[in-house]
Amino acid sequence: MAILSGENLHISYEAVSVIEDISLSIPEGKVTILIGANGCGKSTLLKSLSRLIKPNKGLVYLDGKEIHKQSSKEVAKKLGILPQGPQAPEGLTVKELCYYGRHPHKTFLSKPSKEDDEIVEWSLEATGMLDFKDRSLEALSGGQRQRAWISMALAQGTDLLLLDEPTTYLDLAHQIEVLELLKELNENFSRTIVMVLHDLNQAARYADHLISIAKGKIYKEGKAEAIFTERMISDVFGLECCIIKDPVEGKPMCVPIGRRNSKKKGI
Amino acid sequence: MMKKYSPAKWMIALSILVVVFSIISLSAGAVWITPKEIILSLLGSSEGGNKFILENYRIPRTILSILIGSGLAVSGAIFQGVLGNPLASPDVIGITKGAGLAAAIVLVLFPKAPVVTLPIAALAGAAIVAILIYLFSFRRGARPAVIALVGVALGAICNAAIQYLMVKNPIGINVALVWLSGSLWGKSMVEVLMLLPWVIVFLPIAFLISDKLDVLSLGDDVATSLGENVKVLRILLLILAVILTGSSVAISGTIGFVGLLAPHMARRIVGAKHKFLLPTSAMLGAILILVSDSIGKGLFVPIEIPTGIVTSVIGAPYFLYLLIKK
Repeated sequence: MAILSGENLHISYEAVSVIEDISLSIPEGKVTILIGANGCGKSTLLKSLSRLIKPNKGLVYLDGKEIHKQSSKEVAKKLGILPQGPQAPEGLTVKELCYYGRHPHKTFLSKPSKEDDEIVEWSLEATGMLDFKDRSLEALSGGQRQRAWISMALAQGTDLLLLDEPTTYLDLAHQIEVLELLKELNENFSRTIVMVLHDLNQAARYADHLISIAKGKIYKEGKAEAIFTERMISDVFGLECCIIKDPVEGKPMCVPIGRRNSKKKGI
Repeated sequence: MMKKYSPAKWMIALSILVVVFSIISLSAGAVWITPKEIILSLLGSSEGGNKFILENYRIPRTILSILIGSGLAVSGAIFQGVLGNPLASPDVIGITKGAGLAAAIVLVLFPKAPVVTLPIAALAGAAIVAILIYLFSFRRGARPAVIALVGVALGAICNAAIQYLMVKNPIGINVALVWLSGSLWGKSMVEVLMLLPWVIVFLPIAFLISDKLDVLSLGDDVATSLGENVKVLRILLLILAVILTGSSVAISGTIGFVGLLAPHMARRIVGAKHKFLLPTSAMLGAILILVSDSIGKGLFVPIEIPTGIVTSVIGAPYFLYLLIKK
């Protein structure tokens, strides 16, 4: 069952077509990950699903209604987006950032309610940021900062959470920290997560539903075990590889071959 | 960042300073009136000649200083929030230049027009520039960079037109120049009552939407995610800022630097949260004009230096100091 879906989406920037006739549904309660080469349109697709971009043709549906017919505030109560590399004003603390998540629920002139306080406290705890609540964002590590932003999105209380490359610019340990958190949010708090990821293997490991995008169209979508194949990686990324099973979760993992080893392929 | 003291403490300190500088402003001028006399007079005792000066010249002028200072400062803070640039101000994006051009046209080309046409023209000038900025930038998503560039370009055009008018009509120059420098000379309760409703209505509105300005500072995408319609919000905020600027400029002429200086200083002492930033900017703006006007009328008695000139003399070194520090 999908609460977020797109039908016959066409999106262009200036005269260049980026997304060509894509239809997709986001499965509820699952982690969906979009992968594809640079410039394939995956971020654009995510932005159009979240109403940040209006498609040239086609419609996006949220909860059965067209997303662009709903007010931004209505949508904000059902869908939260974390763009790539978000910026915050200097000196903002983790707790202050988290409180912004309650903004769509505030009526004019209201002070934070007891419910707001409780939700913020819970969000900070769920993202492991309670101890850092009074630190300013600049003083945190990349992983902590990203978790602070996620706590804001979590406090927003939406069923859907869309994230555009939440792990780019982070070092590996912090990338895993963030991805594990998102998986927990999905499993423990039933958030539907949709994200664009750069790292193929991370995508294969953490996705319940994988969507590969090539040249503005969906190449294949489904479970990683089904679609994460050498053929897919070659067609979508132009990369020859071997697919193995990762020793930790048993998910498919891609090991690139490279020019030097192309003779040894098949080992 | 001087955040040793809480914003609340700063705001209390500043409100005390506003009162102090108001008293100084009431004292300063061709005739020095002692604070004691001022307080006695305000409390109702009728003490001869100075009471006339106080009631008809000083008090209106002091009230105007506070109204204009707060209006310009808060509108500057809003421009900075909307454009995402701490160096934005109504002067920079051409709004005050538009008002200046309209006023210059009236003063130079229609010197016999009734006095009331001047503020109307100024407001119209500010509004026209604002509408032009809107027309040029709305289709491009009202992006800050576009707004800023269009504003700067229009400001430059207005400036050129003003210069041309003055070169071609040297007779009207003096009056035009005083107006363009910004001055509170000769203002009475009439002007106070003209400006008061605008400030009383629109300044609180600005304070009430502090939250939205805060959310805007997180970036367009996050602001949208949190439920704001960013394009519409920007336009509404700009309208608010233009009203605050336009109404002040209509009364006093183009007093520069306040819209830039006051919010900038406020940011350094109370931070970026608009529920503190806006009132603090208002108070700093009021203090700036009170001080500048006091200096202007009291320093080289009987010559009066237009307030706008004093604000520029104070403002320029402050920014040089900031540049050097960075």
